[in-house]
Amino acid sequence: MTSGNSFLTRQELLGLAVVSLLILVVLPASVDIFRLNLIGKYLTYAFVAIGLVLCWGMGGILSLGQGVFFGLGGYCMAMFLKLEASTPEATKIQSTPGIPDFMDWNQLTELPWFWEPFHSFPFTLVAIVALPSLFAFVIGAAMFKRRVGGVYFAIITQAIAAILTILIIGQQGYTGGVNGITDLRTLLGWDIRTDSAKYVLYFVNAGLLIAVIVAAQAVRKSKLGRLLVALRDKEDRVRFSGYDVANFKIFAFCLAAAFSAIGGAMFTLQVGFMSPSFVGIVPSIEMVIYTAVGGRLSIFGAVYGTLLVNWAKTTFSETFPELWLFGLGALFIAVVLVFPNGLAGLYRSYLQPHVDRLLGVKKPADDDEPASDAVPEAAARAAE
Amino acid sequence: MFADYSWSELGSIFAMQGFAGLILFSVFVLMALGLAIIFGQMGVINMAHGEFMILGAYVTYLCSNFFSTYLPALFGIYFFVAMILAFFASGALGALVEWGLIRHLYKRPLDTLLATWGLSLILQQAYRSIFGAREVGVSLPSWLLGSWPLTDLIEIPINGLFVMSLTFLIAVGVYFLMFRSRLGMQTRAVVQNRVMAGAVGINTERVDRMTFAIGCGIAGVAGSAFTMIGSTGPTAGQLYIVDTFLIVVFGGAASLLGTIASAFTISQAQSTMEFFLSGSMAKVLTLLTVVGILMLRPEGLFSLKIRR
Repeated sequence: MTSGNSFLTRQELLGLAVVSLLILVVLPASVDIFRLNLIGKYLTYAFVAIGLVLCWGMGGILSLGQGVFFGLGGYCMAMFLKLEASTPEATKIQSTPGIPDFMDWNQLTELPWFWEPFHSFPFTLVAIVALPSLFAFVIGAAMFKRRVGGVYFAIITQAIAAILTILIIGQQGYTGGVNGITDLRTLLGWDIRTDSAKYVLYFVNAGLLIAVIVAAQAVRKSKLGRLLVALRDKEDRVRFSGYDVANFKIFAFCLAAAFSAIGGAMFTLQVGFMSPSFVGIVPSIEMVIYTAVGGRLSIFGAVYGTLLVNWAKTTFSETFPELWLFGLGALFIAVVLVFPNGLAGLYRSYLQPHVDRLLGVKKPADDDEPASDAVPEAAARAAE
Repeated sequence: MFADYSWSELGSIFAMQGFAGLILFSVFVLMALGLAIIFGQMGVINMAHGEFMILGAYVTYLCSNFFSTYLPALFGIYFFVAMILAFFASGALGALVEWGLIRHLYKRPLDTLLATWGLSLILQQAYRSIFGAREVGVSLPSWLLGSWPLTDLIEIPINGLFVMSLTFLIAVGVYFLMFRSRLGMQTRAVVQNRVMAGAVGINTERVDRMTFAIGCGIAGVAGSAFTMIGSTGPTAGQLYIVDTFLIVVFGGAASLLGTIASAFTISQAQSTMEFFLSGSMAKVLTLLTVVGILMLRPEGLFSLKIRR
């Protein structure tokens, strides 16, 4: 506890330096622009994974609907870019020029009202963060105030992910349907499809990710972060101490949603489209595995976990497409049964002693870990 | 939306859609019953439940092929053999999964959820490798084909009727199993107080395994019945898993009666709306309503009074 109160301990400073070095220097220097763009795409998932560290790892709230917020952020950005690409000149062959092409295909003759504000870039930037956070607030307030949590929360967020996917696919004229919003070209007149633009976007993405890491670290070290851990392990005791538990959970959930949405918006910019296949049940639960592989309590672990799982996915599905699902399934089971603390747990037991000796730290400051080596829910369940 | 139809047409539409809803209701009930036992009684989230169902469907498919090739004389009754085999195949796999995976995770429900999701991915890929990615259908024996005209406008398909009576029988069977048999009594005792149940001599580990296996077995039978009205693909199970979980939660997790009531409400709402709106909007509206109600009343329709 002695060194735990400062914002960054020496180990965490080292961790931050290593992550920054990796994504800002090592990766851009060692791979070509195609692979770097791919890594940029993976890193947008790391935003979601960091959000899940806060709300699942620390707060014990498992959301299986993070794809919803990722998608909302992505769609906000995509709507702005699509409107910019659909100028009356560019779309003059359509029966109604000036509206996005998929609307024209679906016999829409004017822009729907909820698309109108997305002509404005400042509005879009605000909406990317505000809309998903607001949505998360509504869900969180409805559920946590009634003390719904655990598996019920997981099932309901999963249902919300399913509903949103069906809605997007069903309302083809308004959302682009199953193909999503495609053919995005420029951001404020700047072509985002060129290699140089991809480099710039990668570094913007990496910079935002580091900012989010620092923000998450600040939350973790604050009183709020300590309360989150406390209510995960003994919710009633926190409540009896006079805290309104629901508000802390709502905040963590909203923050995770905002992080995911930033990731979603950067995803749209780097990949050049957004579709419902990043919203639904399957992507949402895959995002949970990134966090689990990284170690559900470790912010840096979430970044490494995301990169590792996605790298494995790309490699395996390129060479052995049939084996990939077996591998992913086995990973889900292994990460739960065999190494519940993920990469961070492996690091802590094998590497950290050596690192500590180099840094001259005598005692590791592990204040988030439960007293036993059991995973958080075990401690929480045992207490009930 | 009602203005374009006359009263008698509207009546027939509601009757036909109501009947289509009853078939959907049967499938939901069969799937949800197994889940209600596993989730409601044991508190285990089994995300692979849909895949256990699909296993039953594939067993039925294999049986249908076997009978039509080797025992064409007995083809009329193959379905009953298939159902029993499906029950034991899914049940055996369930027992194996409980032994290898679930029993280590009883105290970590969220982790069970992730692990069984992994299991469902593995099973899906296994089905795809063995049976191919294409959907397969079974051929029905002749006595299940055709329909039974009730009036000029209303026709009732016989296979739908058969699935419905089957559902009724299985639901009654589950009731007797849970509330009238020794195993059911032991299961409920273990759920209420594990330590005390162990102290009076119930082998709690064995009860857990049997309960999980029976829940999976019922899913297998559900899959078997499912082949009567639709085709089966490797990912068909995943399509129903969210609906099924919502049904069980909506009904109040510990109540079998609640499960049946909520399956009825959801399936009827969905199939009636399907006729007037598009299929996807009907589903969105139904699920949204259910989620909305659950947010206002998290304990579900039928719930035990508990002090929170």
